[in-house]
Amino acid sequence: MKYIEEFRDPDLAQGLARAIRAEARADHAYRFMEFCGGHTHAIARYGVTDLLPANVRMIHGPGCPVCVLPVGKVDEAVALAGLDGMTLCTYADLLRVPGSGYDSLFKARARGADVRMVYSTQDALQIARDNPARQVVFFAIGFETTTPPTAVALTQARAEGLKNFTVHCNHVLTPAAMRAILDGGQDGVEIDGFVGPAHVSAVIGTKAYAPFSDDYGKPVVIAGFEPLDVMQAVLMLIRQVNAGKAVVENEYTRAVSFDGNLKAQALTDTVFRLRDSFAWRGLGDIPDSALSIHDDFADFDAERRFAIDTPTPRENKACACGDVLRGVKTPEDCKLFGSTCTPDNPMGACMVSSEGACAAHWTYGRFREGGRG
Amino acid sequence: MMGMDLQNGRVEMGHGAGGRAMARLIGQLFVEAFDNPILRREHDAAVFDLPPGRVVMSTDTFVISPLFFPGGDIGSLAVHGTVNDIAMAGAVPKYLTAGFVLEEGFPLADLARIVDSMARAARDAGVEIVTGDTKVVERGHGDGVYINTAGVGVVADGVDIAGDRARPGDRVLISGTLGDHGVAVMSKRENLGFGTDLVSDSAALNGLVADMLAACPGIRVLRDPTRGGLAATLNEIAQQSGVGIELMEDAIPVRGAVKSACELLGLDPLYVANEGKLIAICADQDAGRLLAVMRAHERGGDAHIIGSVLADQRRFVRMKTRLGGTRMVDWISGEQLPRIC
Ligand code: SF4
Repeated sequence: MKYIEEFRDPDLAQGLARAIRAEARADHAYRFMEFCGGHTHAIARYGVTDLLPANVRMIHGPGCPVCVLPVGKVDEAVALAGLDGMTLCTYADLLRVPGSGYDSLFKARARGADVRMVYSTQDALQIARDNPARQVVFFAIGFETTTPPTAVALTQARAEGLKNFTVHCNHVLTPAAMRAILDGGQDGVEIDGFVGPAHVSAVIGTKAYAPFSDDYGKPVVIAGFEPLDVMQAVLMLIRQVNAGKAVVENEYTRAVSFDGNLKAQALTDTVFRLRDSFAWRGLGDIPDSALSIHDDFADFDAERRFAIDTPTPRENKACACGDVLRGVKTPEDCKLFGSTCTPDNPMGACMVSSEGACAAHWTYGRFREGGRG
Repeated sequence: MMGMDLQNGRVEMGHGAGGRAMARLIGQLFVEAFDNPILRREHDAAVFDLPPGRVVMSTDTFVISPLFFPGGDIGSLAVHGTVNDIAMAGAVPKYLTAGFVLEEGFPLADLARIVDSMARAARDAGVEIVTGDTKVVERGHGDGVYINTAGVGVVADGVDIAGDRARPGDRVLISGTLGDHGVAVMSKRENLGFGTDLVSDSAALNGLVADMLAACPGIRVLRDPTRGGLAATLNEIAQQSGVGIELMEDAIPVRGAVKSACELLGLDPLYVANEGKLIAICADQDAGRLLAVMRAHERGGDAHIIGSVLADQRRFVRMKTRLGGTRMVDWISGEQLPRIC
């Protein structure tokens, strides 16, 4: 694991910190959004904020899979899990996310629903094969990183003729969310550039970010999830801003190419299609921002197979998750932060996942007054 | 005496029913292995004298999967755990009790291995197992074996060790590498899919503590960072003492194999369990001497000074990261789970 250590080398970090301090112009405020929760987590865990000068500010983005799922979707998962003979599988974090009236999949499980946390779609498939008498639904969430494994599971299920496996598809698209943040208008947050996603970009390639540099004039630097990756990306962003440039650069060349993973993209195209619109927590309804299951796989689409009826979702009004996800507020701007809302008793999705901005700030950064980091 | 088949036999409901089968199990297995004069009297209660000083008492119940892991088993762990709890009060552990909950069908050969390992661990630690109890539960109602141990020890006058005694300016020491036990056990669980040569650090620490107290009777806090790891232990101390603690990530010893496994599983060594390590807090001027004594002991060869106690009303534990930043080291919340982003 020597490889990893190199990306956490203290001397390299100090060198980068010096370069950032030297090149960031004192008369300028730099506001960079790290899109991904993985970056948010790395920044908080390694105390990267302490190595940046005060005029270089990181704004946490919405790239946390469970965070962007609105309350209504959690309610749908709970309702699905409650159907007779149903086994609902999903990724672990989702179990703790509060839905309407603080209900959650964890609580549904305590009431007797069969809810399983899985580490991969293959586990869900296996549960379906092992339990032919039960209906097994995989509640799929996540950005482009988790989409290909879902596509693989669907093609396998069809090839095997599984009659008891379906997917409830909630896969969402990174570029659509970035666009929504930049289109935020008056209510939006000012951003001078993006630290672009690591794993997501390995799938979709750097080409997917061209609109942000070309149409919006915002620099984008794709970065790995190690702390030095983030610092290197920040330095590259500062250089672009100083030079008045806006291009897509790739710091994470060890995993990301221009085209991305073409095979995964082709598979995704055959199994999914664009949804007209999808409701995001914090960002609202965004057209063409999510995937649904292609007609060719209709038999494996939980949305078509199971009719569920959920009442209008009730958001927790006091939870500022939506604003936190857009970068408009910091976790400490939320009145519930640390008083009623902690990782042991999360009031909102951003406090559940380790990638969520509230959880990261609570766990690693809350000794700092004022919510920096 | 009519023997039990210790090679191929299995635990039966009768082994806990109070009849002849139970007497045989106790006589042939437990008394034989733990043999000492107090136990041999076969009273329901052990009667013994204690040397002068205040009496310390502790109990712990051990539930672990797998029962046998690299570097130990549930038996040695049950002895070390209670011995260490008593030692962390600055006391000399003397006597233990052992309670077994056995699952019907459990192989007697495995039970014999566990009992032998307990006996060896007790002998090595200089304590005697003086009374015990056995119950059998129906198949499917237990994980093979659960063991409870309780123990008594004696603390010398003048020694005052407690979690509320850390003071700003004190130093924090650790007796060796973090996370060995937790990672060694996890590596043997099914479906985690990684191999390692790591062995658990499970060990009795009363010998180390005796040397430390002889050199530095003024030690303020001793704790063994078991469940919840170093992070949980230091947060408890910060709470109880009403202070903050600052760690230096650079100074905390972690084996390469533990680092890699944690990387792979998305865990943090600060939260992983240890069964043969202690942390000590002492006044700044004592720290150098204490460190030297710890390093001279076989259980403290990798000892380090890893941080300091600060005045902080919020009672935060924080850490200077290797990169030069600072972060909180919080209590663990829920389980540590791999990320999906
Ligand atoms: S602190 Fe809790 S309630 Fe407040 S925004 Fe974050 S998740 Fe929502």
